[in-house]
Amino acid sequence: MGSKHTTFRDDQLDEYQDCTFFTSKEILRLHGRFRDLAPNIVPMDYTNNPDITLPSSVITAMPELKENPFRHSIVEAFSEDGKGNLSFNDFVDMFSVLSEMAPLDLKIIYAFKIYDFNRDGFLCEKDVEETVHRLTGEELRPEERRLVSQRVMEEADLDGDWKLSLIDFENMISKAPDFIR
Amino acid sequence: MCFCYLVGIEIDGEVDSAEAAGKQGKAAASEDGEDEDEDEDRPRGRRAANRKKAAQKQVEEDSDDEIPQRRSAGNRRRGKPGANGGENGESNKRNKRGGKKQKQGKGKGKDDDKSNRKKNSSEDSKSEGGEEEEESMSEGERARLMEEVEEKKKLIANIRNKPWRMKRRLKHLKEAQLFVDKFEGALGKGKGRKLYAYKVMMMKKWIKFQRDFENFKTACIPWERKIKEVESHFGSSVASYFIFLRWMYGMNLVLFSLTFGLVVIPEVLMGLPYGSIPRKTVPREEQDTAMDYSVLTDFNGYCKYSVLFYGYYNNQRTIGFLKFRLPLSYLMVGIGTFGYSLMVVIRTMAKNADVGGGDGEDSEFTFAWKMFTSWDYLIGNAETADNKYASITTSFKESIVDEQENQKDENIHLRRFLRVLANFLITCTLGGSGYLIYFVVKRSQEFANRDDLGWYEKNELEIIMSLLGLVGPMLFETIAELEEYHPRIALKWQLGRIFALFLGNLYTFLLALFDEVNAKLEEEKDIKNASIWFMKEYFANFTANNPNETGTPPPIEPADVIRGPCWETTVGIEFVKLTISDIQVTYLTILIGDFLRALIVRFLNYCWCWDLEAGWPSYGEFDISGNVLGLVFNQGMIWMGSFYAPGLVGINVLRLLTSMYYQCWAVMACNVPHERVFKASKSNNFYMGLLLLILFLSLLPVVYTIMSLPPSFDCGPFSGKERMFDVIIETIELDLPSFLGTLFSYAANPGLIIPAILLMVLAIYYLNSVSEAYKNANNELKKKMQMARDEEKNRRNNKDSTNQVMKDLEDLLPNRSNLPPPEEKKGQKPKVKPGAAGNAVNLQKDVSLASVNPNARGPVTQAPGPRAPGPGNSRGRGQGPPPRH
Repeated sequence: MGSKHTTFRDDQLDEYQDCTFFTSKEILRLHGRFRDLAPNIVPMDYTNNPDITLPSSVITAMPELKENPFRHSIVEAFSEDGKGNLSFNDFVDMFSVLSEMAPLDLKIIYAFKIYDFNRDGFLCEKDVEETVHRLTGEELRPEERRLVSQRVMEEADLDGDWKLSLIDFENMISKAPDFIR
Repeated sequence: MCFCYLVGIEIDGEVDSAEAAGKQGKAAASEDGEDEDEDEDRPRGRRAANRKKAAQKQVEEDSDDEIPQRRSAGNRRRGKPGANGGENGESNKRNKRGGKKQKQGKGKGKDDDKSNRKKNSSEDSKSEGGEEEEESMSEGERARLMEEVEEKKKLIANIRNKPWRMKRRLKHLKEAQLFVDKFEGALGKGKGRKLYAYKVMMMKKWIKFQRDFENFKTACIPWERKIKEVESHFGSSVASYFIFLRWMYGMNLVLFSLTFGLVVIPEVLMGLPYGSIPRKTVPREEQDTAMDYSVLTDFNGYCKYSVLFYGYYNNQRTIGFLKFRLPLSYLMVGIGTFGYSLMVVIRTMAKNADVGGGDGEDSEFTFAWKMFTSWDYLIGNAETADNKYASITTSFKESIVDEQENQKDENIHLRRFLRVLANFLITCTLGGSGYLIYFVVKRSQEFANRDDLGWYEKNELEIIMSLLGLVGPMLFETIAELEEYHPRIALKWQLGRIFALFLGNLYTFLLALFDEVNAKLEEEKDIKNASIWFMKEYFANFTANNPNETGTPPPIEPADVIRGPCWETTVGIEFVKLTISDIQVTYLTILIGDFLRALIVRFLNYCWCWDLEAGWPSYGEFDISGNVLGLVFNQGMIWMGSFYAPGLVGINVLRLLTSMYYQCWAVMACNVPHERVFKASKSNNFYMGLLLLILFLSLLPVVYTIMSLPPSFDCGPFSGKERMFDVIIETIELDLPSFLGTLFSYAANPGLIIPAILLMVLAIYYLNSVSEAYKNANNELKKKMQMARDEEKNRRNNKDSTNQVMKDLEDLLPNRSNLPPPEEKKGQKPKVKPGAAGNAVNLQKDVSLASVNPNARGPVTQAPGPRAPGPGNSRGRGQGPPPRH
């Protein structure tokens, strides 16, 4: 009993289960992970929903995200204040969306947010180039990067406004064989 | 009335998300714009309009959350800036009440209602408490309330699928639950009330139970964390092997419980004990060596006459006090194994195909896909990540080269020649390996009649087969280097060739085995006569020696009876031996090829003249294709062999179990991530396809033996019958009521079977043509989309061809250039300047057009349809007078 009930009340667990794709055990484990990131800030007791956020630098140091080229924008996409500071709710949310059980539609929406580096609601050419840059580092020359992003635009931009809206993105990515199954 | 915030459920993702995109883009949507949106909606019925509005509202909140710096702009919108999920929900509830009132009053038209509602949502205070109204509900209201409750329930069920913040989700969830709790009880009034409350309670319990069960189920899935660990180190492709392994384990566990529960355990518990009849006894001449270790490892001696093999089972129709029909159950389990496997494989394939994102073959999105889907989000290891970066870079470079095309193949003849040569060599290898196996099997049949055999001669067949399986793929890989295919194509070729090799080996082995079986069948006839003769002789002697004894003679010592070769057991032993040697070879390869190599590379590196880790031997990579194929073929052998050796399934379960731990350990301890990290994605269905093929191929010989070979006369559950399936006929005749027997005989009548087959063929034809038609329609739609896209592009490129209305509209727009260009505001690292058209030589014309002239984008983005205003449009409209209507 002990530890289980000091972290969350049962109804809290139920609510989290309703709102995410996790089981209660996984939520507790997530809380453990969250707490491990900053044991002195995050309390064990979450029954009264303390309003605690962890800065993005702590979150992105997690092994799950450490190697991800998009870690900052992932964290930003899920943080409530848009700066990358995550509360526990955001944290659970993030893993819920990234988990296997999340449906494709949801993933697409968040993927779009992640790739939208400047947060203007579109993947413009700059976003795309930024993506290429993060994926390839300094290996590609600037013109090559530019060429790639232009090709992407040509391929995926359906309405011809030279930026990808969510519809374009969705249309493109839902056909992709590799998009997480 | 208006279920504003429930509505997201019913809006399908696209609309919702379209709005999301649109709204995020427009930073400062003015009231005018909003009103216009409503105007547009008006003709489309209130409910739809409400929905849309709700969606917008949600979206706006989202953008509020995300774009704090735009809050000030958001102030001007109808939702108050501070109004987050909670207040929204609150006001929605109020709205509903307001709507209700209005309806009661019936004084207002719909449009007024709507605008009022809007005001309500932003201005009404919270002071209005309307709970007392519920007492005086009319029928219609109750129905409506019911509907609401239903929708709330739906919300509760689907809330996790919404792209909301967690806080908002929690809030909405709580509200929905409160609402449901409050009003659910009030619904069933009068007599039905108690019943309804009871039903609701049971429903809740049921949901709770389902959730607990779900939790339990996920807790039961084994190795989840182990696989995740591997996944984060090696990417999803390696993990997909382990997931496949786990899936196989699950399937084999079911097969195991079938076989052991229905065949092996009943025989052990209720059948005659060891030594009671000849087939359950080691023959006299073998008894001395029957317990020797070397004999036992060959599955001879006591092993051969044990419950593990076909020959041990008795042909008694029923055994034990339960009257368990063992022979029937044996046959049924044999068939059921295939049936179950077939079902599971096909179901999994269908499920996978369902999930897979559609036709990945059309190459219209090569770059886009590479860009957005190439990163494996599961990678959590620095080295893997580096490799992934490298492979992504190469793949981009490759496609760039492809794109520039013109990569002239200066020596196409040489390459062609090399490819032909490679294929020739591989065909030779395949033929050679087939011949070698045939030769070895023949030789082993000769050996079978001799005793002076060493360890090698006894195990020659297994050793050769394992060696072929080991050397063949390596040889293929070397030969394939001649061909210079693209790595992915090369991988496919490689898989195909290994598959052909294994398949060839397996079938040669089978053919040779059939030769042996036929020889045994010949031999058996003589032995049968001999044993009958021996029996007669024995009785004659008995009566001759004791002339005054009239009773039955004491039965012969079971060890002394002359018996046939029992070909089924022989086949079973072959399969078991093959499986065991396969296990040994696999494990040894891992131990030597991976572990020892890693040890040497690691520790000899300190005192070696070149860098072992970076240089030649290096660490091993995990060979996914080889391992998967090995697993698939192993399963094929299990399927074929388990009919003749029920114990084989048990051995296989043990093998898979140990191999899970062993390979997990090995891969984590001594392998390095692939240089060419590729994702598993759909290849899972490829594995399944292989499995299905193997299943079918292993089904053939077994069904052949069941249907047309006579079973041995003195061993196994079907002894004494003409054919194995006679058991079924016997059961029908003896155990089922007679009319069923006649029914079956009618059903087996060709006159019925042929029409049935015809019907099936027709059905297949029909379904096929239907799917064809769908495919055509699909293609048609795709073409349409492509056309629309091209048209848009054209329109963008040459303005003059666009219609006059759009041009006018553009003229109407005030100076849009003083708006802050949203793209440049927060771009994190603008590496390349936009519009720097000069530096890229192969820039296309339309590209430069689009990026240089920002005005060109907005107004022409979308056709002036009645809905979904594009971002540029609505912004423009916000400032000028509404150009339409």
